[in-house]
Amino acid sequence: MKQCEMLVIGGGPAGLSAAIEAAEAGVQVVIIDANEKAGGQLFKQIHKFFGSSMHRAGTRGIDIGEELLQKCKDLNVEIWLNSLVIGVYDNNVVAVDVKKSLTEHELVKVQTKKIVIATGASENAVKFPGWTLPGVMGAGAAQTMANFHRVLPGKKVLMIGSGNVGLIVSYQLMQAGAEIVGIVEAQPNINGYAVHASKLTREGIPIYTGYTIIEAKGKERVNQAVIGKVNPDWSIVEGSEITLDVDTITIGAGLKPLIGMAYMGGCKLINDRFLGGWAPCHNYNMETTTKNIYVAGDASGVEEANTAIEEGKLCGVSIAESLGYLDSTKAEELKKAIWNRLAGLREGAHGTERTGAKQKQLEEYTKAMEG
Amino acid sequence: MNLQQTGILTKADLVEAVRYPSEERMKKGPVAVCECMQNIPCNPCETSCPFQAIHVGENISNLPKLDEQKCTGCTTCIAACSGLALFVVDKSYSDEVGTVSFPYEYQYSFQIGDKVKAANRAGKCVCEGTIKKIVNTKKSDRTTVVTLEIPIDFVDEVRSIYRQR
Repeated sequence: MKQCEMLVIGGGPAGLSAAIEAAEAGVQVVIIDANEKAGGQLFKQIHKFFGSSMHRAGTRGIDIGEELLQKCKDLNVEIWLNSLVIGVYDNNVVAVDVKKSLTEHELVKVQTKKIVIATGASENAVKFPGWTLPGVMGAGAAQTMANFHRVLPGKKVLMIGSGNVGLIVSYQLMQAGAEIVGIVEAQPNINGYAVHASKLTREGIPIYTGYTIIEAKGKERVNQAVIGKVNPDWSIVEGSEITLDVDTITIGAGLKPLIGMAYMGGCKLINDRFLGGWAPCHNYNMETTTKNIYVAGDASGVEEANTAIEEGKLCGVSIAESLGYLDSTKAEELKKAIWNRLAGLREGAHGTERTGAKQKQLEEYTKAMEG
Repeated sequence: MNLQQTGILTKADLVEAVRYPSEERMKKGPVAVCECMQNIPCNPCETSCPFQAIHVGENISNLPKLDEQKCTGCTTCIAACSGLALFVVDKSYSDEVGTVSFPYEYQYSFQIGDKVKAANRAGKCVCEGTIKKIVNTKKSDRTTVVTLEIPIDFVDEVRSIYRQR
């Protein structure tokens, strides 16, 4: 059986940062990534990031991705691509389905000392008549097509959801040459940052707050979208329907942590809407209620790339300490600095609820371990 | 209707929040306008300013505060702002025309001297303008900073180029 000291499931910002931090201290790390290139969402995040200079603020996600991959290379972190973790078993054994070609797969078992779950999140669906028509897709899927594969998903796009994903992806599709017909938000207010919304409104994009999608019309693929105003009881205001000519409907209705591996590993989960649903409880070291299994990034509650990077670093430091590569004084100092930066990222208009949810997650861990 | 419902900021919102440069300062020369009204954990405006004219402070979610006396209107902050919410306005040109500088991240074919349609914060074409300057340096990292000369009455309103759709 293949042996390693630390196995990271998912090579996105959290996983790569965990690997770098641990490898810098001397830990032998393997990253398992399901895609053809590691980096997770970073390679479709062509926008400049928020944060402080410590977080590489003002740098585009794609460039942060390249930097992290280069660091992994310099530190001899092993990255398995096209490889899917299909199971986490007792005694830290992980099963990996390695894709050798289109038809050939190999099942490889890895014996590790530590596991980091950095699987990220998946998109929420919104179901409405016509939602299975070609041309209706997740906002993240559209972003992957446009920014990673360089294929424009459509020319006339309606975005459902005004969270930061909906707003940023709309902007990027517009940069790629699509027309954004409008953004639909069922809530009375725009969900994401106003600065992201303003980038669209100064291009004349209407944001329909208080509206929802009623139906997607079309035969071969979507060619019209019907939207309408919502009453407080979520019924449609009579006569408020608007029919829009579109060839694509993208859905940015939030994300939920990918917790399959945490569930399989027996980690205690909590449900909080500010985490995006179910997420594993963890302690100050990002270790879950299952010893030797750690969690970082969106898999521990949906946030964004900067917090994912910081949580990944926490895992890396904690694991290096636990395996004896870092003395506890040094580790404590590093962890404290990371927690301070995380607190900074969780402040402000959109941070209060998340801070509360993350606090609860820590408390639930303590309760579970005491109980 | 307000910013949170429409996504459209107005000068009145900025003036009310005491976030718009004084008329007196704008008449003296170019000056930055931070059109950032929410507490976002972000501070590249502060760190990019060569004149320490923008203050955010230790809590990076504070709103940026502009010292209009220190600001030279150099436009460095425009490309640095991840939210594309920084602009530079200038009413010192003449009584008839002024300029506005803004970030532009679309493909373009316009050149200095070209006449273009100018868009306000709501994306409406409000006047015509002339491209005065196009800055695309390594430091601005693929965010082009465009300076547009427009009738002075529109300096507080125009924030982009109207794109044909």
